[in-house]
Amino acid sequence: MTAPERPAPGPAAVNAAATGRPGPGGIARAWRSMTRKGWPLLAILILLAVGFAAVAGPSIAPKDPNRQNIIARLQAPMTPDRNGVVQHPLGTDGLGRDVLSRLIYGARVSLLVGLTAVMIGGVLGIVLGMVAGYFGGRIDAVIMRLADIQLAFPFILLAIMFLVVLGSGLLNLILILGVGQWVTYARIARAQTLSQREKEYVEAARALGARASSVLFKTILPNILAPLIVIASFNVASVILSEAALSFLGLGVPPTIPTWGGMLAESRDQLLAGRWWLAVYPGVAIALTVLSFNILGDWLRDHLDPRLRGVG
Amino acid sequence: MWSYAVSRLLQASVVIVAVTLITFLALHMSGDPTYLYVSDRASEQEIALIRERLGFDRPLHVQYLTFLGGLLRGDTGRSLSYRMPALPIVLERLPATIELTLMAMLIAVTFAIPLGIIAALNRGTAIDGGIMALAMVGQSIPSFWLGIMLILSVGLGLSWLPISGHVPVIAPLLRGEIGTAIANLPEALRFLIMPAFTISLFSLSRNARLVRSSMLEVLSQDFVRTARAKGLREWTVVVRHALRNAWMPVVTMLGLEFGFLLSGVVVVETVFSWPGVGRLVFNAINQKDIPLVQTSVVIFALVFVLLNLLVDMIYARLDPRVRLS
Repeated sequence: MTAPERPAPGPAAVNAAATGRPGPGGIARAWRSMTRKGWPLLAILILLAVGFAAVAGPSIAPKDPNRQNIIARLQAPMTPDRNGVVQHPLGTDGLGRDVLSRLIYGARVSLLVGLTAVMIGGVLGIVLGMVAGYFGGRIDAVIMRLADIQLAFPFILLAIMFLVVLGSGLLNLILILGVGQWVTYARIARAQTLSQREKEYVEAARALGARASSVLFKTILPNILAPLIVIASFNVASVILSEAALSFLGLGVPPTIPTWGGMLAESRDQLLAGRWWLAVYPGVAIALTVLSFNILGDWLRDHLDPRLRGVG
Repeated sequence: MWSYAVSRLLQASVVIVAVTLITFLALHMSGDPTYLYVSDRASEQEIALIRERLGFDRPLHVQYLTFLGGLLRGDTGRSLSYRMPALPIVLERLPATIELTLMAMLIAVTFAIPLGIIAALNRGTAIDGGIMALAMVGQSIPSFWLGIMLILSVGLGLSWLPISGHVPVIAPLLRGEIGTAIANLPEALRFLIMPAFTISLFSLSRNARLVRSSMLEVLSQDFVRTARAKGLREWTVVVRHALRNAWMPVVTMLGLEFGFLLSGVVVVETVFSWPGVGRLVFNAINQKDIPLVQTSVVIFALVFVLLNLLVDMIYARLDPRVRLS
């Protein structure tokens, strides 16, 4: 008897048997289904904008995000200076730093942490899950027991514990959030590998004398990738939320690097004084980014697995 | 039933041992944990003294067994900031956290189930689309930001609800003062609504989607068609036939949701200055009070594991397939 299945981290469970891959003309079909619905296209546009802000931050940010200016502190958005020029379209924070520039730089940490952590967790989980599913037996039992233990323990607490002891910082944050995600991928990769293991094409590869590693990663992996990609999209969303929460708790990157979660943490001191702009903008930035990844995941699921269309 | 209960109990104990091992190892990941307990200006002699007093000079396995033995006796070390044993500090704040979690759970269930059913019954219509879009947004908003926005709008803007504060209910109950607890309830609810809603929105949205897909799956099955073909009223079909069978995945989900809500409190308690374990952890992090963080994490994990165990038992009672498989 194993522990009850934990729900998929994304908005809806992904059918474990999903293996549909876009065939020839897949891109054209994807484009058509995306433009028909509209929302996925909008989500991708938002993500492209966030990605652009992350990559081109220094060239597009109007100010140095860390430059303090005590005279111009706590300016409301669109406040003109003496010459009638708006220096800080989204206002300034308690240290007089430009909110817009900090917002643009903040995209970096969110995207970097979200994408790399998911990559680490994804690779780790897929390898472990496939090995467990393919070889079965004792390896399978050990890996899956580890997964059960991790699921029985609220992850954010684990992250807090490690970050408090090891010290926060970008690398530690990415590693911990990354390692925290492996179970999700391992479970799906294992179930998928189990269902593919006995199929003829896998047997054919084995009969041709292919080594286990080649059977696993060259023959089986391409056929089980679809549901994993769907999960990854939802997962980026939830990792970004975790990163923001940890930054908010002061366990994220050092305060010299602007992050959306960190900006929200700083906004708390100004809340009672009604400085809403300090809290509204970074929150909207997080929510829009996360929402876009969720919409993308939803669309990917519908697109990659037609059987689930309209159900989940 | 009993063999199932015993096997789940054994599993839970393995998890608890694993949790203690992980929290213990986390402390030692940095090398010598003594430096986490001393100030930056401490001399070598002071450090050596503290190392010896805390037992960090002994072999790792001896330290772990000592740590485990301490846990069993309820001794989890002394808080560095409060200068007293850490466990009573955490236990004192636990009731406030449980109140918040229960209320959040209540809100999530009360809204998620009807919303999911309504969406499923109106599949493909604007009502369905609207509910699902809201659920998607609800899953994308960081809880602490929602809390901040509620404080700004409902608390400061409209002055409808208090933005911080707490009136205890569980604590008087535990002391046996039932009258006080009941008298406190209406006022306590006013303080609870905003933080509880903040914590619950994510779960509410996720569960609304789950209820919807679970309902859709059941509604497409033959026995539902049979029920309809018999000429039963739609209400009877939905409630008596479909809902009963759509229940199960939802019950499982709710158990896990408890743990999820529990981990959400760390951040949200901080936003609303709620006097629970979450805010305690936050303050302990800022003061580098390692024993207090460690104790809180162990207690949280214990509550989490026990709740999961409880839900599994309820689940097994409801569905014989679980305990027999």
